[in-house]
Amino acid sequence: MSDTKGTDVPVESKDNQDKGNQDEKRVGVFVCECGVNIGGVVDTHAVADYIATLPGVKATSVNKFTCSDSGQADIQQKIKEHNLNRVVVAACSPKTHEPTFRACIEQMGLNQYFLEFVNIRDHCSWIHMWEKDKATEKSKDLVRMGVERSKLLEPLEASEVPVTDTALVVGGGVAGMQASLDLADMGFKVYLVEKEPSIGGRMARFDKVFPTNDCSICILGPKMVEVVRNKNIMIMSYSEVKEVDGYVGNFNVKIEHKPRYLDTSKCTGCAKCSEVCPVEVPYDFNEGFGTRKAIYVPFPQAVPLRAVLDKENCINCKACARACESKAIDYDMQTTYTDLNAGIIIGAVGFKTYDPEPGHDFGYGLYDNVITAMEFERLLNAAGPTGGHVIRPSDCREPIRVGFVNCVGSRDKNTNIYCSGVCCMYTIKNAQLLKEKRPETDHTIMYIDIRTPFRSYEESYNRARNLGVKFLRGRPVEVKENPENKNIMVRVEDTLANEIRNLEFDLLVLSTGVVPHDGIHKLQQLLKLSKAADGFLMEAHPKLRPVDTTIDGVYLAGVASGPKDIPYAVSQGSACAGRATILLKNRKAITEGITAVVDPDVCAGCGVCVPMCPFQAIKMDEEAGKANVVKALCKGCGTCVTACPTGALEQSHFKNDQVLAQVKNVFRFQEAAV
Amino acid sequence: MSAEAWEPKIVAFCCNWCSYGGADSAGMGRFQQPPSTRIIRVMCSGRIDPLHVFNAFLEGADAVLVTGCHIGDCHYVNGNDKTKIKYKFLESVVRELGIEKERLQLNWISASEGEKFASFIRDVTEQIKKLGPSPLKPEGVS
Repeated sequence: MSDTKGTDVPVESKDNQDKGNQDEKRVGVFVCECGVNIGGVVDTHAVADYIATLPGVKATSVNKFTCSDSGQADIQQKIKEHNLNRVVVAACSPKTHEPTFRACIEQMGLNQYFLEFVNIRDHCSWIHMWEKDKATEKSKDLVRMGVERSKLLEPLEASEVPVTDTALVVGGGVAGMQASLDLADMGFKVYLVEKEPSIGGRMARFDKVFPTNDCSICILGPKMVEVVRNKNIMIMSYSEVKEVDGYVGNFNVKIEHKPRYLDTSKCTGCAKCSEVCPVEVPYDFNEGFGTRKAIYVPFPQAVPLRAVLDKENCINCKACARACESKAIDYDMQTTYTDLNAGIIIGAVGFKTYDPEPGHDFGYGLYDNVITAMEFERLLNAAGPTGGHVIRPSDCREPIRVGFVNCVGSRDKNTNIYCSGVCCMYTIKNAQLLKEKRPETDHTIMYIDIRTPFRSYEESYNRARNLGVKFLRGRPVEVKENPENKNIMVRVEDTLANEIRNLEFDLLVLSTGVVPHDGIHKLQQLLKLSKAADGFLMEAHPKLRPVDTTIDGVYLAGVASGPKDIPYAVSQGSACAGRATILLKNRKAITEGITAVVDPDVCAGCGVCVPMCPFQAIKMDEEAGKANVVKALCKGCGTCVTACPTGALEQSHFKNDQVLAQVKNVFRFQEAAV
Repeated sequence: MSAEAWEPKIVAFCCNWCSYGGADSAGMGRFQQPPSTRIIRVMCSGRIDPLHVFNAFLEGADAVLVTGCHIGDCHYVNGNDKTKIKYKFLESVVRELGIEKERLQLNWISASEGEKFASFIRDVTEQIKKLGPSPLKPEGVS
């Protein structure tokens, strides 16, 4: 397809950009039916006919899909035919198609800011589905508001900002690692910040991963090593992003390095310090099972393979310092900070699993033999606290009858309504693994629905059934403990057989869902991202821009933007790297032309606007006694404009007269009403 | 015109990043609302000028809604904090003009809160229908 997008209209040169400056405003209005999305509710022809009567409207059109090639060709044709200098598109949300139509009119030599976008779908036809006449009248109002505003629009130039060709990746789980590796392999410098002492994220804790049941750390470990060996990646482990300011291409970031109380350049990760340390505390890496020392190497495959001293539990006996051959221990180490500059930021901050509420969720916290799937995962793991023997906590006996409860903390209006997407599969995997290790075991999975999309997932489910894993459709209504043998008694309705079952298990495993953690909230606050109703971060568009955010130069990978499995998270890591490379390689970003502007003739130099700006974009020109907007810093929010007492400040594209044109045209005189 | 059939006209100022997105989400979720509201988009709620609000009332608005991101979530760091301050001033002036408090409302709505946006519009429309047309509405305006 040619650049002209299927139209035979010749592309006008940019010299004609001032065409829109001519005094006469010649408006073209294009009403989209969006298939039946708009056309099924709003009488689009009545809207177009009404709008055609407004002064200055020289052409109107109704298209089935204005965004299609033919729809855009119609706009371009009419611009040429009627010498239009303003274009109003009444269609979906500007968030969906404003860039499309800006590019379309720019191709015809019009300044892209001469487009006015009116939302008659999301804000009209979709929300007034049963009031067609009123929706049509409302559409007329909305389009009229747009037409009158469009006549006052002024040409603006989008500006370019330089982009530093370094990347910051927040989160060293598998998604963040993949993004870092891809960027580094393309030749860009990457700072990989991880809050834990080692990269690897949640995947490092899993035993085996579905659907292939391959050992998680065996496939992750080499990747972790690849990250540490890559010369373009600087790992900042045990560190957190504290401050971010700046904008796309030029983010200034402050990183806090928590003290490990040892010199990482001297530590070899030999773990002699742990051997002599007398303090034992529950091992969080093993979900609290077993213990670790106060000084410890996070796990055998940790990257960087360095010890860390947990000062809170240290009794200051100095045994570790004596045992350390490389004299790495430094008890006086302080928190340090690094300031760095990055062109783009990738957020891959991960998740946590749902914490069952003690006493409320199926006896968790009340009965010893009710555990979570993550705890089960560590027990299954050969490197876990029991060397791979699944035992029940009450008596360390190996269980025979194991029950699994799905959707704990998912698909439940009391906790989270969303489906975590991974629990069915990991439960199937967990049951398979124990069944393979100990065929005498008996497994019952209690589920609401079994969800197995994607390659080999359904096959894995079938495999579990063939192994003899039982699937019972129903949610336990009562979980009790037999006080004598600590077995777990479950009362559950088998909704397929339509009968109440009373089951006895040696061990009950809760397949807990995926929930957002504190790191998601912190990143949201630092970068001013949006959070969705489920608590995870929001992408720029759920389908077409799944790893972008509304902040230019900020991308999201992995579970930070909602529950995902490993292949999906890895794909997103690569996707982020690809998206980011567009900026990093071009070394420049295009920013919005919308900024604040000062009329120096009116500015009294009072300085009220200066503290209003959160980006320090307004400087006082002391000599002239006037405010001055630094365009590269201005983000175009317009807050300063509202504060200006003299009216010297205006926000381009949202000038007072432009906004007031809309306000005024909400209303009609009744005589004129149709 | 019977009170039942009368549809108030409500002007809602929405910020580009949150409440406008909330209105979009309401559409995507097909959360039905009375056709009373006309949305005017600005980049930040901090841009909503008392001038815009007073003009809306003078032109004939039965209610004006000032909406933006939740406090702490502003795309421009703290524009909505400033909106909050301005809103207090706005409220006092509007009350002094004898306009009922239901006719000027502030709400923080995120881009994902489509249902909240819709129920806000439903509630306000219901309240205004009870109050009837704004006392400032010029004659002959609908």
